Amino acid sequence: MSRIVGIDLGTTNSLIAYMDKGTPRVIPNPEGVAKVPSIVGMTDNGLIVGDSAKAHLTRDPSRTIYSVKRFMGKGLADVTDELKYFPYSLHEKNGVIRIEVGEKTYSPPQVSAMILKELKRRAEEFLKEDISKAVITVPAYFNDSQRQATKDAGMIAGLEVLRIINEPTAAALAYGLDKKTQGIIAIYDLGGGTFDISILKLKDGIFEVLATNGDTHLGGDDFDQCLLDVLVEEIADKHGVQIHEHPDLMQSVRLAAEEAKVQLSSETEATVLVELPNGKYEKTLTRESLEALVMHLVERTLVPCRSALKDAGLRADQIDEVVLVGGSTRMPLVRSKVEGLFAKQPHSELNPDEVVALGAAVQADILGGHNKEILLLDVTPLSLGIETMGGVMSALIRRNTTIPTSAKEMFTTYADGQTSVDIHILQGERELVKDNRSLARFQLKMPPLPAGVPRVEVTFLIDANGILHVTARDIRTSEAQTVQVKPSHGLSDDEVEGMIRDSFEFAEEDIKIRQVIEARTEANAIIIATDKALARASDLISEKEKVEIQRVIGVLGETQKGDDHRLIRAGIAEVEKETHHLAEVLMDATLKEALESKKVSEFVK
Amino acid sequence: MARSMCWHCQSEVTGEYLCGQCVKVQPLSKDLDYFACFKLPRLLNINTQELERTYYELSRAFHPDFYSTKDESEKTISLGNSAFLNTAYRTIKDPVQRVEYLIRLEAGAVKDIRSNPPADLFEEILELQEDMETFRGLSPEKDSTERAELREKLQRERERLEGRQEEMEKALGAKYQEWDGLQIANADPSEARDQKNGVLRSMQEILSNRTYICNMANELLETTG
Repeated sequence: MSRIVGIDLGTTNSLIAYMDKGTPRVIPNPEGVAKVPSIVGMTDNGLIVGDSAKAHLTRDPSRTIYSVKRFMGKGLADVTDELKYFPYSLHEKNGVIRIEVGEKTYSPPQVSAMILKELKRRAEEFLKEDISKAVITVPAYFNDSQRQATKDAGMIAGLEVLRIINEPTAAALAYGLDKKTQGIIAIYDLGGGTFDISILKLKDGIFEVLATNGDTHLGGDDFDQCLLDVLVEEIADKHGVQIHEHPDLMQSVRLAAEEAKVQLSSETEATVLVELPNGKYEKTLTRESLEALVMHLVERTLVPCRSALKDAGLRADQIDEVVLVGGSTRMPLVRSKVEGLFAKQPHSELNPDEVVALGAAVQADILGGHNKEILLLDVTPLSLGIETMGGVMSALIRRNTTIPTSAKEMFTTYADGQTSVDIHILQGERELVKDNRSLARFQLKMPPLPAGVPRVEVTFLIDANGILHVTARDIRTSEAQTVQVKPSHGLSDDEVEGMIRDSFEFAEEDIKIRQVIEARTEANAIIIATDKALARASDLISEKEKVEIQRVIGVLGETQKGDDHRLIRAGIAEVEKETHHLAEVLMDATLKEALESKKVSEFVK
Repeated sequence: MARSMCWHCQSEVTGEYLCGQCVKVQPLSKDLDYFACFKLPRLLNINTQELERTYYELSRAFHPDFYSTKDESEKTISLGNSAFLNTAYRTIKDPVQRVEYLIRLEAGAVKDIRSNPPADLFEEILELQEDMETFRGLSPEKDSTERAELREKLQRERERLEGRQEEMEKALGAKYQEWDGLQIANADPSEARDQKNGVLRSMQEILSNRTYICNMANELLETTG
């Protein structure tokens, strides 16, 4: 069986991990960095993902997509409040958001697929094998549409998604890998865009989720936003620059705000610096001032925590351990609030950015049949029901029910000869249909009989991914009926297939841009190395040689800014040729040094 | 568990959940009830730790995580078995759901168990609902004194209802003992049937009154905050 990788597809950063002889490990890029910023840039030369796209944010904001996870499984009406913050235009088609970039439009799963492909490529390069199967994590509080959208993203990226697993439970797997861990643990997961709390019971290798709660619209992004609003206002007051009118400046200020926020987790003061068309904006922020700004957001996380405790039938003091997950838990304010609620010092031994991906790799190992010791029993975060008379939701499966689970419901007709019944599936905790999330609709076929005689049994099954499946059976004839479920905020199978085809067309452009980026990286490495060598060997080579080397480095420095990878490669070859002698001289010198130090050491002996 | 044929190799299934010949997982019998699923007799007092142990053991046998590399038929069976097991566990674990389920099971054999609307409660509920209506209509500023008085009254009522709820649960507990005693002394389902039905009926009555009282207490809590 081929290898299964674990992927944390985050709002701000994504990671990929694998199992290395019983230990989960994240996969770094050649520079040793594991985090891939979840940012996609569409350039004239094709697609760029991750760090290089992040640089694009301020240069070409309308063609650089970030925080796409916020749009997964949603319609336009769900995000109207935050539209003004995003530099790109959105519209809706068949209930699904589409992001407009130039003349093209992309659905959120397509953009997520671009990030997944980058991770896949990274893993293939690192592990030197093809990757086609993955476990992908989602916030525990994601609804059915958001989970399905994540699965679609995997398919579009050419990955078979063997399991969608909840982020806090993945973190628990990474923490509790040691089978001896027992007791009740709470996982507090505050990421870039979402918040989750999960309470688990660990016993003899079984990880049983007792309750989960959260807010899929609360995370570090919102903290940045608070700070951003203040900065934007002050810039308008002091410098008369309306940041809202300059998407590129908006992104610069946003990045500066994020940076300051991160810095204020380890330091008590940070300075924000933004270059404006009419001068420099500079502001020193204190940790207290940031904390005052985001206090209401951090306190909002405590509400789901209390609800989860109540649903689990536990008091805060009955929690044995509290684990912090997600980059935003680095904030001292978050730590102290969590500590205050549970009256316990929270754990954060594992890197909060990496722990979710590590857990996904553990789950991948279980699915691959390599780990029979551990079993995760997760729950569905939201109640599932159907619309009944008077616009009321009737719950069929309650929130925090262990999955997989199913519920059966019998349907009949109310008019003679009626041949179909419309069914509307919902998710949520409120009484009225309009206050809950519409998941899907379908039409149940009925035999033409007097009213009340037909009996069709519908089974609503939530699988281990938290995704709903609907089947129907005529009780009188025992015949199964195929049900065509139309998702309210999801892509149809045909659309997903079309997007898979499109993604292949992209692949060609991808290769081109990749070659440029790789050549550029290599060029930069060579320039740095040569500069260092020149500094060390300045008295070992002639002045003429030195000048010539400096000239070819200068040329390479210029070519690598362009988009022609062949030119860059040629420049690299030129530098390699010119530094051949320098390398020899340095090698000799190093050898000589080594020999001398050996002699000294022999002498000492 | 009844002996049956393996869906895959057609040999007689000798193992408990897996075919002894081809080691394929077998679908749980359609007639299996939640008590039998955990190999429990139909008693109301159960050892919850023992129940959890069996649940974990069966989860390890059925959970889809362990069938990821198997063929589609086995995956489907594992999913169905797992969904059934989870529902069974949730039902048996909770003392109220457990007795409700038992009554449904046993009522299959005897038809005359029906929940009667609690006549004595009816009037009380109507009165409380009227008071809550009045309370909602009062303005916190203008009618503050009247509102505070009514609030206090409703809160007292809620405490009284919660007290009654506790009493009912105690009464239910006593019935559990009675039922278990009858079941143990008369293992055959047809034995002492009248007495058993009597116990079931009185448990049903307590349960249905309890539901009314719980709902009322919750509504009071929501109204007065």
